[in-house]
Amino acid sequence: MSLITLTGIGKSFKVAKRSAGFREAVKALFVREHTIVEALKDISFTVREGEIVGYIGPNGAGKSTTIKIMSGVLVPDQGACSIMGFTPWKDRVRYVRHIGVVFGQRSQLWWDVPVIDSFELLRDIYAIPPDIYRKNLDMLTEMLNLADILRTPVRQLSLGQRMRCEIAASLLHDPAILFLDEPTIGLDAESKIAVRNFIRTINRERGVTVILTTHDMHDIEALAGRILMIGKGTLLYDGSLSELRSRYGTQKTIKVDYKVSASPINVPGVQCLSWSSGRAVYTFDSDRIDITELINRLSAGGELADVEIGSRPVDDLILQLYKEHRV
Amino acid sequence: MRLYFKYMSILFKSQMQYRTSFLLLCAGQFFVPFAVFAAMYFLFERFGGLPGWTFHEAALCFGVIQMAFALAECFVRGFDAFSNLIVRGGFDRLLVRPRGTVIQVLGSNFEFTRFGRMLQSAVVLGIAVNGLSIAWTPAKIITLLLMIIGGVVVFSGIYILAATFCFWTVQGLEVANIFTDGGREMAQYPLDIYAKWVTRFFTFIIPFGAVSYLPLLYILGRADGPDLLCMAMPLASLLFLAPCLAVWRIGVRHYRSTGS
Amino acid sequence: MNAPLSLLKMRFLMGLQYRAAAAAGILTQLFFGLILIMVYVAFYTHNGEAQPMTLKEVVAYVWLQQMFFTLIVLWQFDGELFELITGGNIAYELCRPWRLYPIWYAKLLAARLASVSLRCLPVALVVFILPEPYRMPLPASPAASLLFILTLLSGLLLVAAISMLVYISVFWTMSPVGSVLMIAVAGEFFAGMIVPVPLMPDWMQTFAGLLPFRWTVDFPFRVYTGHIGVREALAGIGIQMIWLAALAAAGEWLMGRALKRVVVQGG
Repeated sequence: MSLITLTGIGKSFKVAKRSAGFREAVKALFVREHTIVEALKDISFTVREGEIVGYIGPNGAGKSTTIKIMSGVLVPDQGACSIMGFTPWKDRVRYVRHIGVVFGQRSQLWWDVPVIDSFELLRDIYAIPPDIYRKNLDMLTEMLNLADILRTPVRQLSLGQRMRCEIAASLLHDPAILFLDEPTIGLDAESKIAVRNFIRTINRERGVTVILTTHDMHDIEALAGRILMIGKGTLLYDGSLSELRSRYGTQKTIKVDYKVSASPINVPGVQCLSWSSGRAVYTFDSDRIDITELINRLSAGGELADVEIGSRPVDDLILQLYKEHRV
Repeated sequence: MRLYFKYMSILFKSQMQYRTSFLLLCAGQFFVPFAVFAAMYFLFERFGGLPGWTFHEAALCFGVIQMAFALAECFVRGFDAFSNLIVRGGFDRLLVRPRGTVIQVLGSNFEFTRFGRMLQSAVVLGIAVNGLSIAWTPAKIITLLLMIIGGVVVFSGIYILAATFCFWTVQGLEVANIFTDGGREMAQYPLDIYAKWVTRFFTFIIPFGAVSYLPLLYILGRADGPDLLCMAMPLASLLFLAPCLAVWRIGVRHYRSTGS
Repeated sequence: MNAPLSLLKMRFLMGLQYRAAAAAGILTQLFFGLILIMVYVAFYTHNGEAQPMTLKEVVAYVWLQQMFFTLIVLWQFDGELFELITGGNIAYELCRPWRLYPIWYAKLLAARLASVSLRCLPVALVVFILPEPYRMPLPASPAASLLFILTLLSGLLLVAAISMLVYISVFWTMSPVGSVLMIAVAGEFFAGMIVPVPLMPDWMQTFAGLLPFRWTVDFPFRVYTGHIGVREALAGIGIQMIWLAALAAAGEWLMGRALKRVVVQGG
C-alpha cells in the first residue's frame, strides 16, 4: 500500500535573464528577457508507509521543487500525485494537517520568544487537543532532550539546539509524513548524531514516513534504506543504498602506514591516490585484485605499521552516478 | 478569531523584548504625524481657514483618518510587510499549515509601535472635539466609531492589494504607498477642498469619502441626506474590501503555480 | 581618489536596477505634489491676500520638493552603514587604505544622486506641462536658475554632512532608531519640508534661521522662485559653505573619537 504516489510530475519555471555592465542595466529598465527552465521532467515514484527515503541530487536538480509539490505548496504543470488519498495542492488545508515540514535553513519558530511559546501557538494553529499536545510535548522533550531549552528564546539557541526544536515543532501534531530539507546542515557532530538517532527512533516506534533531502552522505548511510537520486529534473536512481554499493562499490581503498619511509610501490591494476613518507593510499577493485597478495606487494616497500582497508565512500559512489548521468 | 489574538500576543511579546527600541520608535510615531498636524495648525493660523471649514472641524477629519491609518498599520501590518515575508520564503511556511492564508498573513506581523500614532490621533481628536460645540448623541458617537472602522477597512484593502502584487514583482509595489500614505495625506483634510476628480475617485473607487466626508457632515450637523444613510456610509468600505480579497486569492493561485 | 568614484559608479548601477520602484516613486511624487498643491489652493482661495509667499511660489516650492526629494531629504536609511556601525564589521573597514569619513560621505552622496536621477527628469517633464494652477513655474530669471543649481548642490553637500553626523551618533547610541528619528523629524520640519519656512509663524522662522537645515531646502528653492534675490543668494552660498565646513569638521573629529572607542573596546 503506497502512501505516496507520484506519476509523471513535470514543472517548468520562467527565469529572468540578468546581465552585467552599464549598458545592459539601462536596457533592462525597459525590456526583461526570460528563459524557460524545466525543473522536473516526468518524475514518478512511490513510497510505502514507514519508509525512510533519502532524496539526493546536486544543487538545482529539482529536490526542493519536488518537496514543495509534495507538501502542497506548489502546483505542478503535469502529472498526478496522491498522498494519503489527498492531492496535496488541491486539498491543501485538509492535507497539510497530516504532514510535518522542516526547512533546514529557515526557521518556523518565532524568533524572540521562548520555544515553548512557539509550540503553544502551533498547538493552536493545528488545533491539537490539549491532552494529545501534552503527551507529544513530553515525549518529544524527552527524546530530543529539550527540557533545559524550552524556556529560552530561539535567537539565543545554538544551531544544534534550534534544529532539535524545529524537529520537535514539526511533530507536535502527529503527522504521518515528515519532510526534512537539509536537517543536519551546519550542525556539529554530536547534534547530527542526535538528530539521526531521533529520526530512526521516530520512524521505528511511531511509523512516521520520512522523506529526507540532504547533501550529507552520512545522513544517507545512517538513515536511508532507500535512495532517490534526481539530476537536472529527472529521476536517475531509485533503489536501496546496498544495491548502489554492490553495483558500484567493489572499489576499495587501502591505506598503509610505513614504519620507515619508503618509495612508492607500483602495483599493476592498483591506483595510487596519495603518497607521503610514512603513508600511502591506493584504490583497487576488490573483484580483480587479491587483498593478501596486495598487502604482500606493498610490504616490500618497508615494514608496515598499519593497514586499513575501507569501502569506497558513499560520496564517491554518488559522484560516480552524477558523472555517469552527466549532471 | 481566537487564533488571531494568539498571534498578536506572541508578536507583542516578541517586540517587547526590544524595549528601548520600541519606545523610541513609538515616540517617533507620535512626532512625525504631529509635525504634520502642527503644519496644519500653522497654515490655518496664517490663512484663517479653509473654504467652509474651521480648524477644529478639519482637525476632527484629521484625527479620524490618522487613527484609522494607525490602527491599520498596527493590525494589518502582515499585508503591509508582506514583501519581507515572501522574500524570506515565509509564505511557503504558511502554505504548509492547515489554515487559510489571510488569517496567517494577518497574524504574521503586528507593528505595535504605531501606538505612538494612535496616541497622537487621540490627542488630535481630543483637541477637535474640545474646540467644537457638537451635541453628542449615541448616534453620532457610533458614527464616529464607524468612520474609524471604515477607514481601517479601506486601508486594509489597499494593503491587501499591494501585498498581492508581491506575487508578481518581487519587490511589491511602491505604488501602494500612493494610496496608503497618499490617501492618508489627502483624506486628512476634508474632501471637498480638492478638485472634483480627486473627490470622485476617492469616494467611489477607494472610498475614503464614504468614510470621512459624509459621516463628518452628519456629525457636524450639516448633512443634506437622510441621517441613517450618512451614519451607515462607512460600511461602503466593505464593498471595497471584497474585491481586494478576491484579487488576493488570484495572487495566491499564481504563486502556487509559479513558485517563489 | 578612484575608490570613492568607483563606489559611486557601483551605487549608481545598483540604483538603476530597481526600475519598478523608480516608476512607482515617480507616480508617488506626482500624486503627493498634486495633493499638497490642492490643499494650498484651497487655503489661498480662502485668504490669498498679502501672504509672505504667492501661490505660484508655493507651487514651485512643492514641485521642487518632489523632484529633488531623494536628494535633499534628511532621513535616508543606509542599512549597510548601520550594520557596519552596530555590527562590529567596522574592523574590516578600518583595515582598508583610505580614511572613512570621505568614503562614507561619498557613499551617501552617490546614493542620493543615483536615486534622484531616476526621478527628477520624468517628474520635471510632467510638472512643467500640467494645467494651471498646478503647473510648475519657470525660474525667476536665468541668473536665478544658475544660482538655484549652485545652491542646490551645496545644499546637497550640506545635507550629506548632516546625515553623516546622524550616522556617527549611532556609534554612541548603538541603535539606528534613537538618533535618527528625532533629528529627522526636527530637521525635516525646519528645512521647510513640511511647511515652507516663510509660511511658518514669525517666531518659528527666527528659530529656523539659526539652524543649518533650512539652507538645504528652503534656501535653494526660494532662490529658484526669486523670492531670494541674487545678492542675497550669493551671500547665502557663503553661509552654506560655513555650515558645511563646520559640520564636516565636527563630523570628522567625532568620527575619529568614535573609531578610537571602537578600537579600544575591541570592536
